[in-house]
Amino acid sequence: MTTLMTDLKRLGEMKAPAGFADRLLAHVGMADSYAPFDTVLGTVYVAWNRQGVSGAARSASAAEFEEWFRKDVGRQLVAADAPPDLAAKIEDELEGRRRLRFDLRGLTPFEQAVLRKTREIPRGEARPYGWVAREIGHPAAVRAVGTALANNPIPYFIPCHRVVRTDGQIGNYGGGGPEAKRAILSMEGVRVAHLQELARAGFRYQGVKTTKIFCFPTCHTGRHALEKNVVWLRDEASARAAGFRPCKVCRPAAVA
Amino acid sequence: MEGTERMFERMVREHQHRVFALGLALTGNRHDAEEVAQDTFLRAYRALVTYPPDRIRELKQKAWLHRIALNVVRNRVRGVRPRLVELNGSEPDHALGPEAGTLLKAEMDALAVRVAGLPPRYREAVVLRHVQELSYEEAADALGQPVGTVKSNVHRGLQLLRGDNDDNADD
Repeated sequence: MTTLMTDLKRLGEMKAPAGFADRLLAHVGMADSYAPFDTVLGTVYVAWNRQGVSGAARSASAAEFEEWFRKDVGRQLVAADAPPDLAAKIEDELEGRRRLRFDLRGLTPFEQAVLRKTREIPRGEARPYGWVAREIGHPAAVRAVGTALANNPIPYFIPCHRVVRTDGQIGNYGGGGPEAKRAILSMEGVRVAHLQELARAGFRYQGVKTTKIFCFPTCHTGRHALEKNVVWLRDEASARAAGFRPCKVCRPAAVA
Repeated sequence: MEGTERMFERMVREHQHRVFALGLALTGNRHDAEEVAQDTFLRAYRALVTYPPDRIRELKQKAWLHRIALNVVRNRVRGVRPRLVELNGSEPDHALGPEAGTLLKAEMDALAVRVAGLPPRYREAVVLRHVQELSYEEAADALGQPVGTVKSNVHRGLQLLRGDNDDNADD
């Protein structure tokens, strides 16, 4: 009799499996999960929750990634097996096919607007900081755009590396410094040296004589113009004066 | 909302083992017990986010979780299996040492199988009273039954567990 009672009591003392609470909290979206992924960029640690991907970094170790995430994003983080389709989605995303959803909660509306706009920049192209500022309706907030991009919690996937300075300098990069930024842009097909050369010479736009349209130098609509039809332009005023109108795809100037 | 989340996290950390043990005793195996515990807390969470603050404050968490868990198990038995959400794979349980723990665990698993094999009304009564160590009043409250009924069900359940089958009054 007593043995049975004691045993029943001990049965009541059985413990839930290790990590049960953390996995549960992750599942209801109160903690994020993460795993390392092998990508074209090397090992990238990616965090996600039910809203979508919430962080990414090329950290040297899991511990480093956890520390960064808890400090920067401010939520708990649990190592986990990736959902079955996440690796494929990550690969697609890095190859230019947009398949991921993102969780940008915790960022200000301005920061979210900057990151959403940045995501519209196609692979193989680049835009100036001022372009992002103008497109989101804050044309004077160029520096704030730079800060928002520097604090991008999901680099590589939200392609802050595609936002560059107009003076030919590559600009800072939170995802691994200017060298990493240059390397990723090159990998995506941007002729970085050429772009910088143009910028240093003061040329910001490519005009095509036959269409009378001017674009950012990396815009895909201008890419197939014959060399003899290309002219390089310094600014919007001189482009318009020469009879060019801004491209409706890359929108190098407000389309009046 | 933020307050609810913190409160839920405390609730999970405080009651996770209790709810898991309840699931283990009611289902007879650890895998199902984890599913029951998971589903219990998920239901609790979905309910909590709809509750006004004063209702959350007045909540008797232990009794409330027991009622939810009982329902989760009953629904499984009826064949309405909760949709199992894979919580990214369970890690092996290192809570107990590999040597000493294994024996106790095996013993407890065997006992859980026996308890889970009881007819539902005896099983629930015995588990709430003697595994979860609720008072008869608390158990009656969780089960929505009169105290007298719970007492007689506990009594009969213990008899069955002891292999005492002479008294067939209930079957």
